[in-house]
Amino acid sequence: MRNFIRFIIKYHFTILFFIIEAVSLLLVINYNAYQRSSFLSSSSSVSGGILKRYSAGSEYLMLRDINEDLARENAYLRSRLPESFRASRDYFNLVNDSTSMQEYIYRSARVINNSTHRRFNYLTLNKGRLNGIEPEMGVISNKGAVGIVKNVSDNYSTVISIINTRLKISAKLKESGFFGSLEWDGTSYQHVYLLDIPRHANVSVGDLVVTSGYSSIFPEGILLGNVEDVELDKGASFYRIRVKLSVDFKNLSFVEVIGHNSIAEQINLEKISEDD
Amino acid sequence: MISYAPRYIFNFVFFTLIQVLVLNNIQLSGFVNPYLYILFVLTLPFETPGWLLLLLGFSSGMVIDIFSNTPGMHASATVFMCFLRPYVLRLFAPRDEYQPGTIPTMGYYGFAWFLRYAVILVVAHHLFLFFIEVFSLTHFFSTFVRVLSSSALTLILILIAQLFSQGKKQGR
Repeated sequence: MRNFIRFIIKYHFTILFFIIEAVSLLLVINYNAYQRSSFLSSSSSVSGGILKRYSAGSEYLMLRDINEDLARENAYLRSRLPESFRASRDYFNLVNDSTSMQEYIYRSARVINNSTHRRFNYLTLNKGRLNGIEPEMGVISNKGAVGIVKNVSDNYSTVISIINTRLKISAKLKESGFFGSLEWDGTSYQHVYLLDIPRHANVSVGDLVVTSGYSSIFPEGILLGNVEDVELDKGASFYRIRVKLSVDFKNLSFVEVIGHNSIAEQINLEKISEDD
Repeated sequence: MISYAPRYIFNFVFFTLIQVLVLNNIQLSGFVNPYLYILFVLTLPFETPGWLLLLLGFSSGMVIDIFSNTPGMHASATVFMCFLRPYVLRLFAPRDEYQPGTIPTMGYYGFAWFLRYAVILVVAHHLFLFFIEVFSLTHFFSTFVRVLSSSALTLILILIAQLFSQGKKQGR
């Protein structure tokens, strides 16, 4: 026993090293479990508060770009007003009134922390549970889809961004309607890959890639980017399509979080079919 | 030992904020991320007991992790570096041993000594960090390039920071 204690005292440095190292590696491996407890992520109130104050400062420097984006969006929305369409008396249209049964709700939020240079990139938003944000909601900016809400605290939320190797999004080609999954390979923050498009599909450079709407996180047809390069390995039955993202992740400050009203209903229904 | 405390508490907060608010947003050509915060551990006094060294390394890494959503990655890399530190110090010990009352900085032991000491620990830290981040050997070469280029940038920043603190000492 005494020898054992002497051994521990003699090698306490190495033993302590292995213990602490094991603890931190455990943290790394149980990453997802720890992400869930928002205490250790940037949605916690202390680090979230500091980052919020910092982004308030850095945002000031980007006001010109933000204004430009907002002005452009205003113009776009104005062009959608009924007044900007010419009423023709020769026809009458049946209008599907979407207000009677609203399916998607948009809530605006501000990005207070953002990264593009890691393999697992996350954003932090300044709104949380108290503002009606829940995990698994889609996040878009005025230029296209951004990511999916991962963790929510009372006042902040973290978003797993499209340029995160852990996220796959169901996407389709707007022209032909073929769908596949969109993945990031961890290199360039401007490019992602669209996989699982069969080789008989017609793909050409410049085609738009949009969300498929199958996962019901995003509505159908949210812009993701456009095709930049098409690869087809010999003997492969699926294309590997390089997509240029429409969103510039380096310059992101205002986003909208999409809530889906009847998502619970859809998931329940799908579960029943799976169980059969 | 106690008299060092305020200075190192300041260092800890200062380097953490610099790292989180400025350097984490720097990215050159998708490869190079400098990690200046490890300078805090590099300049801890020679007499720091081993257990304290490991705990300080763990906490400084963990704070960076909390801010960048990577639980454990920086912590494990910094603890690894802290573990190597005493051996590296012993390896480069001058003939007449380290003088009491000095700390391992460029101001006390010169540019050449500090460079050798810093290169080994910085590269060890970055190697560990980037390979933990990738968590596989599939991208071995590209990860290795990242390690080397990021280490170079971190070293440059560390040397600049050292020059600044040295200047302050001579001014007194």
